[in-house]
Amino acid sequence: MDLYEYQARDMFEAHGVPVLGGEVAETPEQARAAAERIGAKSGGVVVVKAQVKTGGRGKAGGVKVAKSPEEAQSLAAQILGMDIKGHTVKKVMIAQGAKIAEEYYFSMLLDRANRSYLAMCSKEGGMDIETLAVEHPEKLARIEVDPIDGLNAAKAREIITAAGFDEGDWPALEHVLVRLGAVYAAEDATLVEVNPLVKTEDGQIVALDGKVTLDNNASFRHPDHEALVDHSVTDPLEVLAIEKDLNYVKLDGNIGIIGNGAGLVMSTLDVVAYAGEEFTGRDGSHPRPANFLDIGGGADANVMANGLDVIFEDAQVKAVFVNVFGGITACDQVADGIIKAYEILASHGKHPKPLVVRLDGNNAEKGREILDGAGLPQLERVDTMDGAARRVAELAAHAV
Amino acid sequence: MAIFLTRDSKVIVQGMTGSEGMKHTTRMLASGTQIVGGVNPRKAGTTVDFPGGVQVPVFGTVADAISATGANVSVIFVPAAFTKAAVVEAVDAKIPLAVVITEGVAVKDTAEFFEYAQKAGTTRLIGPNCPGLITPGQANAGIIPADISGPGRIGLVSKSGTLTYQMMFELRDFGFSTAVGIGGDPIIGTTHIDCLQAFQDDPDTDAIVMIGEIGGDAEERAAAYIAANVTKPVVGYVAGFTAPEGKTMGHAGAIVSGSKGTAAAKAEALEAAGVKVGKTPSATAALMREIMQGLQG
Repeated sequence: MDLYEYQARDMFEAHGVPVLGGEVAETPEQARAAAERIGAKSGGVVVVKAQVKTGGRGKAGGVKVAKSPEEAQSLAAQILGMDIKGHTVKKVMIAQGAKIAEEYYFSMLLDRANRSYLAMCSKEGGMDIETLAVEHPEKLARIEVDPIDGLNAAKAREIITAAGFDEGDWPALEHVLVRLGAVYAAEDATLVEVNPLVKTEDGQIVALDGKVTLDNNASFRHPDHEALVDHSVTDPLEVLAIEKDLNYVKLDGNIGIIGNGAGLVMSTLDVVAYAGEEFTGRDGSHPRPANFLDIGGGADANVMANGLDVIFEDAQVKAVFVNVFGGITACDQVADGIIKAYEILASHGKHPKPLVVRLDGNNAEKGREILDGAGLPQLERVDTMDGAARRVAELAAHAV
Repeated sequence: MAIFLTRDSKVIVQGMTGSEGMKHTTRMLASGTQIVGGVNPRKAGTTVDFPGGVQVPVFGTVADAISATGANVSVIFVPAAFTKAAVVEAVDAKIPLAVVITEGVAVKDTAEFFEYAQKAGTTRLIGPNCPGLITPGQANAGIIPADISGPGRIGLVSKSGTLTYQMMFELRDFGFSTAVGIGGDPIIGTTHIDCLQAFQDDPDTDAIVMIGEIGGDAEERAAAYIAANVTKPVVGYVAGFTAPEGKTMGHAGAIVSGSKGTAAAKAEALEAAGVKVGKTPSATAALMREIMQGLQG
């Protein structure tokens, strides 16, 4: 889960990372009230910052300095509702103004390749760090952090010296890095990034921005992270899928996809997309997957019924492909789930969409017999993954 | 021979008495695996009955199980919140191979138990969040269905469980030396490279299928390894060619991996290393089929 800047700011503050005052606002009026409180600490000057989970908001005009609460209100009115790289701005943060002397960069993240943690730090922050990494790799210190030891004082000193900071700044930087390391460890983060980390004119080291990614698998030990979940920007079908506890991602095509196991579902998207190209229409469009839906290993009849229910709700879907290789999942259970889904659908007075089913693996014969015996309308069974993909693409192409 | 697991492997199950543990221990036994014990501190000293009149003793600790049975493989089914403790216990008992089936393990826990195992230097980890491994006709440590394919001379390594099954199914007329599901989590104990190396050294493996998926740069690194070290034919498949790019936040991830993590980038790297890459599972199987037919002359 990615956090908004204001959520990261609050998390930093809770762990003793020096931050400036900041409050989130969802309306221009709230922004004005926040600016009155926050601006009192910085001579009336505040920064109005769009809260979006993407980079480049400064260039897009999503960060503006306001010299009064009135100006903060009118800037918030401009920024709220803006579109930044496809993200609509629904919140702004009113941040305390700062007199910046120098800008630095710091991040700590999961290093998949080395199966460890990595800290990166540079005296040249504020800019595009990817460009810096490519053009001046010598200016970006990269230091491995042992997952068991964590980012302790000795490690912080190693990072700071590798980045070439002046000795006078060491104590303050060491403190900040150790606290950021504490955020990483204590909150089960996979990324903590501060760009820029600044030195103010009066010599304070302050985290002026923050990006934090939390590990969803660790939510069992962080009940408080539930409050950070952003429900406002999700697709309605994705919301329905979350309610039904399904692993679903909405895509923009017209073929509904259900499979078991993330790898097989991803592979199914590919095979269906290739098959769809055979049915390219005069306008150049062709059938494509409408979603990713992984019903997982050991899926029972209910999970299948829930999955089909969500997919049939998608108005764009013209045809559906159920692709199951039964490992743990038993194909007879999958067949029962499909029948159950049809019953649920009928009980709501809804009609099924063309459905192509491919079953292989554990209890495949039994599953096929169940489906063949049920005589469900609009359902076709095809024996191979490639053949089924081609058939569902054909059905979607010819549907009106 | 095979890799990592043979008919002589003596397997214990941590979490055997739970519902998943019971179900899969039954299946592992049915496919001929020597299951010599289960581990559960609250049920130490008892035995559990399995179909066919098999009785499996339960031990209080992995160390007790090893000293009583000579076990050299542990399959771990404990819930995610307790997985780190289970792995640490297995490493402390110096079990040579620990196969972590559990899904949903916090990555911090995995990072810590992987580092712990590295420092100890006595345990190979496979997983977490993986289907385990099977040496058909000999032994099965995990949840891969034993009836998909019999023994043969193809080695298989895959991030994805169901694609492992799919590929074994496609090539069941040739069979497999060993199939290893290494799992798709951000941190995994045994990598594509570890398996490629083991298959290269295994006299019972003639050719290797490698299955990857989008994200990270494990496939790119495997490609570099293949170019330098693998002389046996390798066929590759990467799932996710048409998947939309994931929403990533911050720039730090892209810098570290040095790659966009796309399927196209991975396929390109593999092909540059001389690996034949299939566009779909069936096309990949067809490439392997050609190679095996060529080898059989």
